[in-house]
Amino acid sequence: MPEKPLLSLTGISKSFGPNQVLDAVDFELEAGEVQAILGENGAGKSTLIKILSGAYKPDRGRMFISGVEYRPSGPLEGRRQGIAVIYQELNLAPHLTVEENIMLGQEESRLGLVDRKKNLERIKKVLEFLCHPEISPDIPVRKLSVGARQVVEIARALASQARILVMDEPTSSLSQEDTRRLFEIIRKLRAEGVGIIYISHFLEEVLEIADRFTVLRDGKVVGRGLIKETSVEELIQLMIGRRISELFPRLPHQPGEVILSCSGIKSNRMSRPVDLDLRRGEILGVAGLVGAGRTEFLRALFGLDRLEQGLVVVSGRRFRPSFTAVSIGCGLGMQSEDRQVEGLAVRMNLADNLTLSRLKPYVRSGFLNGRKQKAAASRWIERINIKARSPEQKVWTLSGGNQQKVALARLLHQEAEVFLLDEPTRGIDVMSKAQIYELMGRLAADSKAVIFVSSYLPELLGVADRIAVFHRGQLVEVRPAASWTEASLMRAAVTGRESDPVLTGERP
Amino acid sequence: MKVAGSGLKKIAGLAGPFVGLILVITIFSLMPEVSDRFLNLANIKSVATQSVIVALCALGMTLIIVSGGIDLSAASNLALSCVLVAYAINLGVPPLLAALVGVAAGGTIGFLNGFLITRLRLVPFIVTLGMMGIARGLAKWVARNQKIDAPLSWLNELMVRTSKPSWLLVSPGIWLMILFSLVMAVLLRKTVFGRHAFAVGSNELTARLCGVRTDRVKVVVYTISGLLCGLAGVMEFSRLTVGDPTVAMGLELDIIAAVVIGGGSLSGGEGSILGTLVGVFIMAFLRNGCTMMGWPNYFQEIIIGAIIIAAVTLDRLRHRQE
Repeated sequence: MPEKPLLSLTGISKSFGPNQVLDAVDFELEAGEVQAILGENGAGKSTLIKILSGAYKPDRGRMFISGVEYRPSGPLEGRRQGIAVIYQELNLAPHLTVEENIMLGQEESRLGLVDRKKNLERIKKVLEFLCHPEISPDIPVRKLSVGARQVVEIARALASQARILVMDEPTSSLSQEDTRRLFEIIRKLRAEGVGIIYISHFLEEVLEIADRFTVLRDGKVVGRGLIKETSVEELIQLMIGRRISELFPRLPHQPGEVILSCSGIKSNRMSRPVDLDLRRGEILGVAGLVGAGRTEFLRALFGLDRLEQGLVVVSGRRFRPSFTAVSIGCGLGMQSEDRQVEGLAVRMNLADNLTLSRLKPYVRSGFLNGRKQKAAASRWIERINIKARSPEQKVWTLSGGNQQKVALARLLHQEAEVFLLDEPTRGIDVMSKAQIYELMGRLAADSKAVIFVSSYLPELLGVADRIAVFHRGQLVEVRPAASWTEASLMRAAVTGRESDPVLTGERP
Repeated sequence: MKVAGSGLKKIAGLAGPFVGLILVITIFSLMPEVSDRFLNLANIKSVATQSVIVALCALGMTLIIVSGGIDLSAASNLALSCVLVAYAINLGVPPLLAALVGVAAGGTIGFLNGFLITRLRLVPFIVTLGMMGIARGLAKWVARNQKIDAPLSWLNELMVRTSKPSWLLVSPGIWLMILFSLVMAVLLRKTVFGRHAFAVGSNELTARLCGVRTDRVKVVVYTISGLLCGLAGVMEFSRLTVGDPTVAMGLELDIIAAVVIGGGSLSGGEGSILGTLVGVFIMAFLRNGCTMMGWPNYFQEIIIGAIIIAAVTLDRLRHRQE
């Protein structure tokens, strides 16, 4: 007779108004396993997690932890019962130190005074277990890298004796190296008997780290099984409910004349100047680890950072990028890697966000014609399939994929010639990704040019014509995509050495 | 259909502050002690006249708060302008020119605020806190720490209760308030500059990404607001007939409160001129009503404090429903 599972959910349902988000979901998690929950955005993953954590109450259904009924009154109760959730946006107080963050709400104290010695002992144990004894408890969290911050968050969960750890897109902002280290930690936790729920859009990662999977679609469980008996194709098919003919749709396009050339571009945040040419009808992929200088290069090109040297020529017009208005006037358009913080004014409506970089068509002698502006926004909503009720809908109410489409629609509306796209597919669902790849292809076919920064190598190889690799703030190498492989890209990104073309791709 | 729906929503959005205003007016007009005097034309005129100064400053403050800033120097700026007008008239400068000196001084202080905020990359709270002291100090310096008497001129008729000439119906100050309210409402809602101000307040990084010259927008925002404070200073001089460097102490908080009661968000990106005016009048009618009832000053302060908290709470609730 097997033991009672660590966590079991039966018949969980939840609706918001007329919207049935979860429909009789059953779920089981054993101690010492990593189980992936997969599904497109809007499939109900986040709602399920929020119910588990105690943030939402289910309409129907019951939950059990080790056979004991679990009915959390709120997130605090959830934490007391040993459930720790690590959200995509980390929940740390940037000004507090590592120690203060880890012990927040569970400080060891005597007579109301913090007992630092005891705190430090607990932290030291936890950080050593996580193989990160080098993180000093005294430094403020804002000075840590994203990877280290995540370790702090996991440490907090461990310090509170969590038995169930939920990780929501834990690797979306991590470099390959940090991801590898995170996986080591996950394996160690699994060996300790912690049950881990792992949510990610990166299916390769799921195949590597998870033991079992559960796929949600439209609030229902549509598949579950053992990871070793499945494949990426099967998972995608389950997630979207049909086969997608091609993950990377390619539209034929031919590189034409040079449209952008930058000579010796260097901003205060880059370590070396960059020279690069881009042709019309070309998609240039940019690979590299997080922090390798890819974003900084785009920002310098667009005039967002302080330029120290260099010139840019776009369609024959020479300028020193320092005002975004000038860059936009010359035909550059930039999409930021951070939708929430920089890319969109999420509390403004869709029409304003979409047209903000080119209000000109709606202006007569300084006055803005709101009706025209909204009509134009409506056309774009239709043209690139943004799921929205109206152009007046606030952007924060849209899903991640649709927000990203708004950011891209802005560049299209702006009639940019050169598209600078920084991680355009991060954290969005498979269908939206495919649409964005197709859009890039269409742009290239239309004789526009695209610079496409991504940390996800298969999409770079699938979409780009040429790929440039950055390492530690400098451009290492640019070559046609066909002569790169995942392995050679990775090697160049990690070591910063130009690969030997003869050997490329021939190593097993 | 769609248009009507969004129109209704807008009305509902404005209803919050209006409900408060109607409530205040209704309560006082039902009080037997004052009911006959409270809602008569003369009293309303007098409330409106008393509101002119706060309203002019609050118009500018709305623009600043929409763009994500704050101006603590507004009241000091007003005092400086008031003193300078009196000083200029004493020197024999014609009244119109003296008024322009006051307005220009306000604009200069506003420009300096904007310039320092964008150049030194300091938060507006700090820069304008400093400017609050500087402007107040300058006012006292110019006035040698006492009131400046000035000969009467037509300037002193801008804020009278019975309008002169009589065909104006209300004092010129009220007309100025109406005029600038309209101008600012159009500026905020209908122009590209207004949209840029909202964008900067909603998300400055996005605005920059979209090619908005955020620094320039901010400098203009603070300058416009400064000009309005300068104008309010002229009105203050008109009312007092002297240049008083200690006038309007602490008024900046009333100004900010008016904007916030009217739906402005201190984190930027939200606010409206109509809302702000309603906020100004809620406070003005409250003061007036309390005085008529013979209630002590501290009573008014407690009520206004409670209203600020209630107004913002209601606002948040409304947003959550969205």
